[in-house]
Amino acid sequence: MADISLPKITATATAAAGPSARPLIQIENVSLYYGASQALKTISLPLAEKVVTAFIGPSGCGKSTLLRCLNRMNDLIDNVRIEGSIRIGGHDIYARDVDVIELRKRVGMVFQKSNPFPKSIYENVAYGLRLHGMKKTAALDEAVEKSLQQSALWEEVKDRLHSSALGLSGGQQQRLCIARAIAIRPEIILMDEPASALDPIATARIEELILDLKKDFTIVIVTHNMQQAARISDQTAFFYIGELVEFGPTGRIFTNPTQKRTEDYVTGRFG
Amino acid sequence: MNTLTPSQYLPETPPGRHFRAEKFDVGSFFFSGLTGLATLFILAILGVILTNIVLNGWSALSWHFVSTIPKKDFFDAATTGVLPMIVGTTIRVFVMTIFVIPIGVITAIYLTEYAPNTSIITRVIRAAVNNLAGVPSIVFGLFGLGFFIHFIGKNLDTLLHHPSAVWGQPALIWAALTLAIMTLPVVIVATEESLKAIPPGLREASLALGATKLETILRIVLPQALPGILTGGILAVSRAAGEVAPILFTGVAYYMASLPSRLSDQFMDLGYHVFVLSTQSPNIDQTRPLLYATVLVLLILTLALNIVAILIRARVRKKLRSLG
Repeated sequence: MADISLPKITATATAAAGPSARPLIQIENVSLYYGASQALKTISLPLAEKVVTAFIGPSGCGKSTLLRCLNRMNDLIDNVRIEGSIRIGGHDIYARDVDVIELRKRVGMVFQKSNPFPKSIYENVAYGLRLHGMKKTAALDEAVEKSLQQSALWEEVKDRLHSSALGLSGGQQQRLCIARAIAIRPEIILMDEPASALDPIATARIEELILDLKKDFTIVIVTHNMQQAARISDQTAFFYIGELVEFGPTGRIFTNPTQKRTEDYVTGRFG
Repeated sequence: MNTLTPSQYLPETPPGRHFRAEKFDVGSFFFSGLTGLATLFILAILGVILTNIVLNGWSALSWHFVSTIPKKDFFDAATTGVLPMIVGTTIRVFVMTIFVIPIGVITAIYLTEYAPNTSIITRVIRAAVNNLAGVPSIVFGLFGLGFFIHFIGKNLDTLLHHPSAVWGQPALIWAALTLAIMTLPVVIVATEESLKAIPPGLREASLALGATKLETILRIVLPQALPGILTGGILAVSRAAGEVAPILFTGVAYYMASLPSRLSDQFMDLGYHVFVLSTQSPNIDQTRPLLYATVLVLLILTLALNIVAILIRARVRKKLRSLG
């Protein structure tokens, strides 16, 4: 494996969250079918609060699918059937009376391909705030600035808030998407390979940002980059063809996995 | 890892094959020639038509001609004018646009965003839209007469207790509505294409922030689709401006002494006037320059309407790019 030298930011990453932490997200016996084919096989997983959990595994293993279950983005796809239960803060998010809008306010998402709206930088961050009823300019200004600062973008864009977001670089666009997601103060942020299209420097900035965001948010990140998982996550779940093979503190998964398949994957023997 | 040189991993070049064209490629030559000729042919036809019209019509074209309301005998080159025809054609196209764009856009939104793709109803609607595009325009004219004038118009008169026909007769509004129905497929198809072209990532981003589907469509999808929708509008305007058949029974008048002032008025029309000049004139030779000049005015008007629509689209595009 290539060893790209990146800033060492792993100091806290391997310190696992204590088992005493009450899980914020409780995934229980979740199976998911696309039509007749099964994409997830009875997965159970507790995810603790204010912890970074990485989902790793080869392409097609179901990690993104599971991630998209957590804010019900899979609802948008026809012919998807989900069994089992996912509880966030004790509430079953697939219960009949759940307001999906409310759920997505609490569970934000950052996508693999940065997808800023073709609007100004300011309007991108303000979009969710306006949606949820914030109208006063002063309040919007403050929230936009705060979100941009928290996503480490403020210094770069403060002089051109009202120019198009599409003029930003790829890494800046992705940080803008993070700012947009955190602007509405979700509890959980889902990240679907947020740095896979970025160069190593932009990737490092995103990783620093994730470690910083951990103070305030619970983060679930899907990644193909194993060093990234090792650097930023506290817990790691390894998936293989729709199954959860192993889940545990990141340090242990990478240094002392109990499963042969995990060991083969994290050491680069397959995948 | 061992380093391989290209000569080691590439197969040997077979003898006699080089990167030089050895043979003249007959097929390519003829095919590119053929496509070029076909294009040239079309351009030549267009050129002949335009030159013919401009050369023959230019002499009769004057400020007086485009700004005069003619007397009943409009075959006299010295006194006639086409102002009511310009006004009539312009208004019917504008009124048509007001109806066709919202209805077409809403239908397209339903088809792309809401209708289940596989359902029979969706397929029937799509088939209907496609067939609508293939209906001869005179049939639209007859439909307009039967539906708008005899059914809606007459019933409206009864309902409003009009002593004589106000809406139950050919009128500007009915002609415009008939044209709107005729051009509906153009707007629907153009809008559908532009809606489908919006990157799915933008919709996902909006939904993931807790936007409803409606909010996503109104705030993200439609603004992005606007240039495409306007393209549909441009096509509809181009098609409608020159159409005569749909307005024959629904609103056009042979002669009117004044400009139309209400939607229930009849109107004179450039395309129909061309037909009148070429078939009703007592003296063909005397009318010929008039005829050409009228055609020239119709062409210029169509071009002008298009330019207006294109300018609006350019503004929207610029706004989308700079800010949105």
